[in-house]
Amino acid sequence: MKTVHPLPDAASVVPVRQPLISVDKLTVDMPLGRSGSSVRIVDGVDFTIGVGERVALVGESGSGKSLTARALMRLDRLAKLSGRVDFDGTDLLKLSDRDMGKLRGSSIAMVFQDPMSFLDPLMTIGDQVAETLRIRGIGKAEARKRALAVLDELGVDRAAERLDAYPHEFSGGMRQRVVLAMALVGEPRLLIADEPTTALDVRVQDQVLDLLDDVSTRRGLAVLFITHDLGVVAGFAERVMVMYSGRIVEDGEVASVFAKPSHPYTQGLIKAVPRIDQDLNTLYAIPGAPPPPLARPSGCPFHPRCDQRFDRCGVDLPALQPVGMSRVACHLLDGKGA
Amino acid sequence: MLMSIDSISKSYNAFPNPPAKVLHDVTLNVDTGEAIGLVGESGSGKSTIAKCMLALIKPEEGAITYDGIDVIHARGEDLRRFRREVQMVFQDPYGSLNPRMTVEELIGEGLLIHKLEPTAAARRARVAEMMEMVGLNPNDMDRYTRSFSGGQRQRIAIARALVIRPRILVCDEPVAALDVSVQAQVINLLQDMQKKLNLAIVFVAHDLAVVRHLCEKIVVLHKGKVVEQGTREQIFDNPQMPYTQSLLAAVPVPDPVVGRARRAARRLETAN
Repeated sequence: MKTVHPLPDAASVVPVRQPLISVDKLTVDMPLGRSGSSVRIVDGVDFTIGVGERVALVGESGSGKSLTARALMRLDRLAKLSGRVDFDGTDLLKLSDRDMGKLRGSSIAMVFQDPMSFLDPLMTIGDQVAETLRIRGIGKAEARKRALAVLDELGVDRAAERLDAYPHEFSGGMRQRVVLAMALVGEPRLLIADEPTTALDVRVQDQVLDLLDDVSTRRGLAVLFITHDLGVVAGFAERVMVMYSGRIVEDGEVASVFAKPSHPYTQGLIKAVPRIDQDLNTLYAIPGAPPPPLARPSGCPFHPRCDQRFDRCGVDLPALQPVGMSRVACHLLDGKGA
Repeated sequence: MLMSIDSISKSYNAFPNPPAKVLHDVTLNVDTGEAIGLVGESGSGKSTIAKCMLALIKPEEGAITYDGIDVIHARGEDLRRFRREVQMVFQDPYGSLNPRMTVEELIGEGLLIHKLEPTAAARRARVAEMMEMVGLNPNDMDRYTRSFSGGQRQRIAIARALVIRPRILVCDEPVAALDVSVQAQVINLLQDMQKKLNLAIVFVAHDLAVVRHLCEKIVVLHKGKVVEQGTREQIFDNPQMPYTQSLLAAVPVPDPVVGRARRAARRLETAN
């Protein structure tokens, strides 16, 4: 079935979704060498992803978007996490390592940017896809059968023959399908995709996005898509969360955020991307660069680069608060001098 | 015409397999002051062409001529002039700048090598002037690159290339490693420099929207061959070859309404 989801028009009712995962005041601290001190990379993040919802998490390098996603699966052993991550009624941060391990792959799965370094070059494709199931005690023949079914579903040609092939025999796009198959074979309900198309050429990227779109619709799979590419966000996600310097600064429906971004950072990002379908004019450039996590400015972390800042911005950290159907962290919404 | 590339072919050794031919009969020209974009997917040969233009590698067949110099066979004074007048900027500003050199040493190195400014004071003045021009603070001259962000490092790399007043600047994916908010700064800087210095820019990139923004002339490559070349309007508004069309159709547009309509149209086309 090949359909692209129509955008809900502004007047239509936003469907109420059952929440699948709720993140509350999540912080991630990473240790600095062996000094015993640490640096806060993710600084209090709250969000909810509904069942079957496709959410994009956008941010620049160092904004904490990857660490936020990895924290949901507790992938970084050295990271110190606090807050709550509720998945289906259980707080993932309180689970034992053993129980968390059971959840990975079967409830939440992840795909990464570089398919080549993720695949074991010495293991056949079939074995790698089936591994998730084998670990869970499913028999060899059954696991292989299900691996084949997933590869088929993801459009790997002659999947039956290629179960015994090795990763080097696959092209970049096909490898990304294999990685996707490994994530999906355990039938997770949330897929975290960390820049899965960044290393791919545009035409292959496009195919992988179509594939993700189809699978998510067919299976009712929720997707958290991490990217820095606003073009990908616009074409794929229903909702977008923008991260800057360890915090979410804007969260809203894709259509409304792109049509009318509220946070100056989001506004700047959208204006700074050259578009293939628009008249040429001078690109808007956000001055400066994102702050390193050890030298965050006081107040709003974006204020030194913001062209709409006023005196309060350098002092108070703005909270993420509801604005219409979105959430935005910016003092401008309270009005100047308020 | 400033540089002409005349039906060059290039193979790389792939022992024990036969050599892999990565460029087939590529012909293109660079005129003074024009920005030309080489676009294509990975493996299309776009970086190989850039390396040939810089005489970092030599094609087996064909000829490259720069302002009367036979680039492939150039030696002595001819080669020195070529190396001075054709400069480069690389993708990764973290890997392409020596961490043990100060900004002054990095930017001033070309002046020293080509003996363009005899005294240290004169070199320092030129470096300061160049830093100002690319939007860096000349007071940072004595610092090392580790304290600069990716965008600032790319400015250093551009200043380093431009300080000896080249006539062609070859940039291989100069903004691919930069953050979105910083990428626009570097694109605007390149555009500015092109106009101010009447500089020809050869821009190698896979991001078609960026290339459209910066380049007046576009060369589309696929599997080592030139598929199509023409002006920005010809390639983007009226592409002739199916390959170019499919490449353009796949570029994601950062607008949910337009982006989704484009994807829907494309899927309908592939389904039929």
